[in-house]
Amino acid sequence: MSTTQVKFYQVGSFAVGNRLLRDDERSVQSDPDRTNALTSGHRACQGCGEALGARYALDAAMRATNDQLIAVNATGCLEVFSTPYPESSWRVAWLHSLFGNAPAVATGVAAALKAKGNTTTRVVAQGGDGATVDIGLGPLSGMFERNDDVLYICYDNEAYMNTGVQRSGATPPAARTATTQAVGKQPGNLFGQGKYLPKIAMAHDIPYVATATIADLRDLEAKVERAMTMRGARYLHVLVPCPLGWGSASADTIKIARLATQSGLFPVFEAINGEVVASSKIRHRVAVDEYLKLQARYSHLFSPQRNDQVIDHLQRIADKNIERYELMGE
Amino acid sequence: MFQVRIHGRGGQGVVTAAELLAVAVFDGGKHAQAFPSFGSERTGAPVVAYCRISDHEIRAREPIMEPDVLIIQDASLIKQIDVFAGLQPRGYVIINSAETAEELQLADKIKVPHSLAILPATELALTHLGRPVPNAVLLGAFSALTGVVPLEAVASAINEKFKPKIAAGNVAAATAAYEYVMNQVATHA
Amino acid sequence: MLRQVEGSKAVADAVAACQPEVICAYPISPQTHIVEGLSQLVKDGTLPNCEFINVESEFAAMSVAIGSSATGARTYTATASQGLLYMVEAVYNASGLGLPIVMTVANRAIGGPINIWNDHSDSMSQRDSGWLQLYAENNQEAVDLHIQAFRIAEEMSMPVMVCMDGFILTHAYEQVDIPTTDEVKAFLPPFVPRQHLDPAEPVSIGAMVGPESFMEVKYLAHQRMIDSAAKVQEVAKDFEAHFGRKTGGLLRSYRTEGAETIVLALGSIIGTLKDVIDELQLDGKSIGVVGLTSFRPFPYESVAAALKGAKRVIILEKAFSTGTGGIVTQDVARAIEGMGIKDFTVIAGLGGRPITISSLRNYLTNAMAENIDRLTFLDLEIDTVEVEINKERAQR
Repeated sequence: MSTTQVKFYQVGSFAVGNRLLRDDERSVQSDPDRTNALTSGHRACQGCGEALGARYALDAAMRATNDQLIAVNATGCLEVFSTPYPESSWRVAWLHSLFGNAPAVATGVAAALKAKGNTTTRVVAQGGDGATVDIGLGPLSGMFERNDDVLYICYDNEAYMNTGVQRSGATPPAARTATTQAVGKQPGNLFGQGKYLPKIAMAHDIPYVATATIADLRDLEAKVERAMTMRGARYLHVLVPCPLGWGSASADTIKIARLATQSGLFPVFEAINGEVVASSKIRHRVAVDEYLKLQARYSHLFSPQRNDQVIDHLQRIADKNIERYELMGE
Repeated sequence: MFQVRIHGRGGQGVVTAAELLAVAVFDGGKHAQAFPSFGSERTGAPVVAYCRISDHEIRAREPIMEPDVLIIQDASLIKQIDVFAGLQPRGYVIINSAETAEELQLADKIKVPHSLAILPATELALTHLGRPVPNAVLLGAFSALTGVVPLEAVASAINEKFKPKIAAGNVAAATAAYEYVMNQVATHA
Repeated sequence: MLRQVEGSKAVADAVAACQPEVICAYPISPQTHIVEGLSQLVKDGTLPNCEFINVESEFAAMSVAIGSSATGARTYTATASQGLLYMVEAVYNASGLGLPIVMTVANRAIGGPINIWNDHSDSMSQRDSGWLQLYAENNQEAVDLHIQAFRIAEEMSMPVMVCMDGFILTHAYEQVDIPTTDEVKAFLPPFVPRQHLDPAEPVSIGAMVGPESFMEVKYLAHQRMIDSAAKVQEVAKDFEAHFGRKTGGLLRSYRTEGAETIVLALGSIIGTLKDVIDELQLDGKSIGVVGLTSFRPFPYESVAAALKGAKRVIILEKAFSTGTGGIVTQDVARAIEGMGIKDFTVIAGLGGRPITISSLRNYLTNAMAENIDRLTFLDLEIDTVEVEINKERAQR
């Protein structure tokens, strides 16, 4: 995690202004000369978590690489809302190929640069949860196995959003989607084994695996920048709430991301060569209810009355995460 | 056009034999086309390879149905499949075996007039090469019986294909096979 | 240099002589010897400044190729049959993005049922994909077509499939002249991409094109394919000037002058057909063969000119459209429309069934007398299939 010693001038809150930081410690977004990799004019929904995350991530990557970056994008919301021909929101060299092949395409870009003796230009691949954990898993694993020099960023909004909110391998249990409706004996997504990509990435022992959310944007930036100091296969999994798909208020996007971390449902940590080396501690722990309540995709768990069995099951998942990743404490 | 068909079992280097023959022919300045009958590779299963030899460009690619020469690397195949199918009259037959023509019951099997050479190629391979791989050895016999490629060309093909130590053993074995068959021919003359 | 070498090895050496920068491949029979050969050349340093990526599937192979080519690197891959189908999404993507990737297709039948032997069903299934398709008659042409393919691809900004019959050519040892790297360099200049991923001049490649523009984009691709025919010819001509061999191009005619019957075919069967034609001509028969090298772009004018004056054309195909019949036939029929030439189709060699000189001789003798059906499956076991057909019909 990034840590900086700062003098507090505000008591009773954690807000610390950027004016107290050195230039190189400031958010990339405070720099008027930043790339603005994903510039305005794109067609994302109001309150889109992915647009926010991608902008921060790529601007950080551009700063970290002195603007020597090529981005590969999978099919999905990010690609669709950013490049409605003949317009493009991207101010970086950017390639979109297909849905399931972003890791492989990025491998190809990296290979071409290597063949040309270019050791300066770096490669970032990005895709949603569907592209990453389902259809792109084969190529992603191949990229990990070969340790190709690519940072892969997964923007996880926990369903196939661009096609109308269908369930993906990353959809949490009990969540309502267009293909896991809130009806019947087990409303919403079934409780399965899950497909927790950060652990799969760690199982490949790749140089760097980290999770982040758009509730802690400085942390996201720092992780991208840290990843870009390394070579080889790196993986960053970012939780990006989707107001439309999750049925939440567009103004609540960041709040919901924070509740995901504070409840323990989304652990935030870093791993090097397959071993967890740091985790973000929960500051104000909340019950999972606080997180679930704000999202219509879970409304069937509260109405007509609280579904104790399911919510308690989700709470146990949160508890297990907190224990496994040591999320309480200093 | 001279057509050679080689029969053996998977693992005996039948395809390599066809390749070596093709290279020997090429080294001698002629055209050659060699190819296997393609099956899933399986040790011990019957394998066939073909080699066409010509002074001109070879254009046809069908399997060789009417061979001028048959090389039988594994005599146990004689009882199992009709290895002699299509043999051309006045064709050549080379068989790797320690048995005689009578013991192999060839009279029942080969219906056309032909030149025959039977030699213990596996034993020659063991002696000169230390391994029971008769493929290159039998090309020495081919050279002696048909005269289509000189022994030198067979040797040069072997030296191109194999590492020096293995090549030397194969050349020695092929030479021994050549002399064996020349003696056999002389004896029957 | 003239060498007696396996077809796959010849292709590997020819591709290496073109100095690709990225090779990515997934093994599948009967292409394996090609990628093994290239892997060796990269590993032992014979082919320098080249990244050889062992990918996890054919879909990954074409995807890696897309990323590499979009970054401005000369890129090569190879596949066959099931592998080609597994990468189809990426195949269309490559042509849609205008990437000059060269790919060998070691023609093999598509399953089910699984069959590893040669026919043309794999590449034929991709005839609409926007890739050029060039078919090699023999291993010399396979070598030459790969070299020509890189130049055609890069000058047109279109991907090219070089098709060579699996096993029949890939695993045949014959005499081939393989140009050296320097000789190829004089013919094939370094790759200068029309556009590529470059942080210095960032572009967005792969935007979403809506209904208002998609037709135009596709029309441009259609026109480009038509225009590529001239490029195929131009490159073949320049190849002949450099290397002294007439290979590649759109098609070649053999003994068709004044022929009443002309056979049209693609790939290695052309060689066998030439032998049959020679035999029949010795018997005084009026028959010749047109070997089609370029199937895409389909050279309508050249085919019409080559068949002009014949009474009938026999199209020999190693693939077919289920329930319909010949595939190449459809294009040929369009080419000769209104010319008063009858067309007949013979489907042969499916799944590697050997096509023999005697079968061809019999069939063509009947064909010359028009004593054949419009559509024939050569050497079919009629009795066996009739029993099955009757059984199936009775059960319905």
